[in-house]
Amino acid sequence: MTLAKRIIPALDIKDGQVVKGISFENVQAVGDPVALAKQYEADGADELVFLDITATNERRKTIMDVVQAVSQAVFIPLTVGGGIRTTDEMAQLIAAGADKIFVNSAAVKNPDLVTEGAKIFGSQAIVGAIDAKWDPKAQFYRVYVSGGQVPTDWNAVAWAQELQKRGAGELLVTSIDADGNQDGYDQRLYQELAAAVDLPLIASGGAGQVQDFVDLFEKTPVDAALAASVFHYGTVPIPKLKQALSQADVEVRQ
Amino acid sequence: MKIAIVDYGAGNIQNVVKAIASTGLDTVVTKDPTEISQADGLVVPGVGAFARAMDKLADAGLVKVIQDFAKTGKPILGLCLGMQLLFDSSSEFGATKGLGLIPGQVVALPKQVDYKVPQMGWNQNQVSQDLPITEAISGQYTYFVHSYYAQTDPQYIAAWVDYGSVKVPSVVVKDNVMGAQFHPEKSGPVGLAMWQRFKEMVVGA
Repeated sequence: MTLAKRIIPALDIKDGQVVKGISFENVQAVGDPVALAKQYEADGADELVFLDITATNERRKTIMDVVQAVSQAVFIPLTVGGGIRTTDEMAQLIAAGADKIFVNSAAVKNPDLVTEGAKIFGSQAIVGAIDAKWDPKAQFYRVYVSGGQVPTDWNAVAWAQELQKRGAGELLVTSIDADGNQDGYDQRLYQELAAAVDLPLIASGGAGQVQDFVDLFEKTPVDAALAASVFHYGTVPIPKLKQALSQADVEVRQ
Repeated sequence: MKIAIVDYGAGNIQNVVKAIASTGLDTVVTKDPTEISQADGLVVPGVGAFARAMDKLADAGLVKVIQDFAKTGKPILGLCLGMQLLFDSSSEFGATKGLGLIPGQVVALPKQVDYKVPQMGWNQNQVSQDLPITEAISGQYTYFVHSYYAQTDPQYIAAWVDYGSVKVPSVVVKDNVMGAQFHPEKSGPVGLAMWQRFKEMVVGA
């Protein structure tokens, strides 16, 4: 027996509110992160990821208020990221109630952020987030930054190994090609990464239906599947998803 | 009724405070020996390295305070690294003495194919002793993050999880001294139910 495969809803937070449409029944305050987080916890989510997309100077305070409020009401691991550039910001978010911090563009720009964060908070608290896109010319998955807009020189496999070396405890990997298409996860990306690093992998991007999750866990060794829209819009209810995974002999927490 | 949460600078404990508060118990986060002694129950949290945590407890003059608290018969619960500190010693970075409240040693999880270290995620508990502290977790998944585990006599193992070929004690108990390798404050409704049982022990003690 081993660890249960994790199902992780992602919530985009802007100015303290969840953006993207939501179709939960019985949730009064649509867009309220606390109400939604509670609903997801009750549905059996194994962890929650909050991506702060607030663009104003007040951004840090609003996301910290969200983390503080959610961590008082919801008792599953909370991973928070989006624009984090310093270990001070990490410390503030962890003090507010975040269990893990994910870093993306800032880590590419300044890889010492990962090293320092792991040293101060432990590897278990530092998640390396990678946005990757298949480059047909180079014949590898290329790392992109700034919300998947800007290509870098990094091969995603090499960058994953670098993140591991620097002390990241987990990788959250989004396929830019698959993201938003609802046509399934990019299995080859995760197979390549899993063969190259020993870290737990969270797959992100491409979930459209229950079978996409089943395929991901049957065909790749990833530890967790992250999705947003299919959970927010109720296309894939988490209880139903977990039942289907269990029936497919994928171990999940019921 | 008041729970003291030992504050010795080993990791973030706010989430432990929030979980206990949700059961309705008063908490105080403290390193004051008097406040600890007067509490009705004690929680020893902890994230990080064993030796450093013991050093910090020693620096704060809390080793004997915790050992004396254990002798009163009032419930004491160690969490994650805090559970590991309850044992005699750890092999993390050389041998380090622990609090010695439960016989046993803390050793590294072995390298196994397909089983990453740290164990990080949800694992399913098997209960070997039906006690109030294990009542809520039988057959249930709880959230683990650890690289070391306790080797101890089966009489002190109240619940365990399988991690590859290793039986990892998930709850250890010796009379009023209890420890959880997992994070009940991060284990959803099951974790909260365990905190409820702990509350009842504190109230009933």
